[in-house]
Amino acid sequence: MHIPDGFLNTGVSVATGVVAAGAIGYGLYKAREELDEKSVPMLALCAAFVFAAQMLNFPVAGGTSGHFLGGVLVAVLLGPWLGSLVIGLVLLVQCLGFADGGVTALGANVFNMAVIGTILSYYIFYGIKKLLPKNKTAFLAATGVVAWLSVMLASGAASLELAVSGTTPLSVVLPSMLGVHAIIGVGEAIITVLVVSVVLAVRPDLVKTYDYEIPIPSFGEAEVSQ
Amino acid sequence: MEARKKSILVFTMAGLAIAVALALIISPWASSSPDGLEKVAEDKGFLEQAEETEPIWESSPIPDYAVPGLTEEAVNEETGEVEEEPTKLATALAGLIGTVAIFLIAWGLALVLKKKDGEVKVQTSGGPAA
Repeated sequence: MHIPDGFLNTGVSVATGVVAAGAIGYGLYKAREELDEKSVPMLALCAAFVFAAQMLNFPVAGGTSGHFLGGVLVAVLLGPWLGSLVIGLVLLVQCLGFADGGVTALGANVFNMAVIGTILSYYIFYGIKKLLPKNKTAFLAATGVVAWLSVMLASGAASLELAVSGTTPLSVVLPSMLGVHAIIGVGEAIITVLVVSVVLAVRPDLVKTYDYEIPIPSFGEAEVSQ
Repeated sequence: MEARKKSILVFTMAGLAIAVALALIISPWASSSPDGLEKVAEDKGFLEQAEETEPIWESSPIPDYAVPGLTEEAVNEETGEVEEEPTKLATALAGLIGTVAIFLIAWGLALVLKKKDGEVKVQTSGGPAA
């Protein structure tokens, strides 16, 4: 859902741009304290993975395709602030390097996918996680549900921006955007749960928001680290 | 501590290998149908607004995820006309370059943002790529 140039008016571009810049600015500030020897390579890996996965458009109904967004994945792995930096960086590189998403719409795209799709979605995830039993299954269920929801919220925000810009009436764009993204969101949920499960199986300590039980290190590692 | 750091590097490199494989091998076969927003814009008749807008930034090295210059003639399924289309290799290379480039940019950015060792309380030694 990368908005191209020409869809948004100046007011919407500036307003979303200001909020996006504020969030990324706070993310850069938080990164100073959050980044350590574990999260530096993880941040780079997340950026590379999200970029690659976003290239893989999968077909959904009616001659339409969808692709992974990755906001909830990076928020679950890195937390909301480093996560928002990953999505922001991916969007910046896509916009300037690959002509995907308009330069004037960059603020709106960062707002939709990094602020709504990553930071806000993280706090929804956090709230749901608190209500659920503290185990891996519930954790993955919350991850999947919020991954789906993040795509719906981001596409809803994009619809609202298009409507406020006078590009298309909300009553026209919102139902169609939510309709198609309800299917794309299922893909988002599957990929997110799959990747988080793999990381939980291999290196649970690298999933920042998984703070239930102290992971038992593998034998090899336990011996070396003593 | 050293072994643990090494193991994170192994994990990261394995993950990067998966990402590169996805971008290099799978991306040329990804669906080329319009995505959700593009399709809605097409159906609801506001796609022209983007097509008519002059792009502000025209210096993208790899526009539309295809390395320039690698094209082949293909028949457009809608119009029936023969058009120049990027080859699968153009997409695969774009995926490879993009994935590796963003990995390096993100790592560099993280190292710049990270507190330097002198300021930190618990870090034992310099970062792996410092």
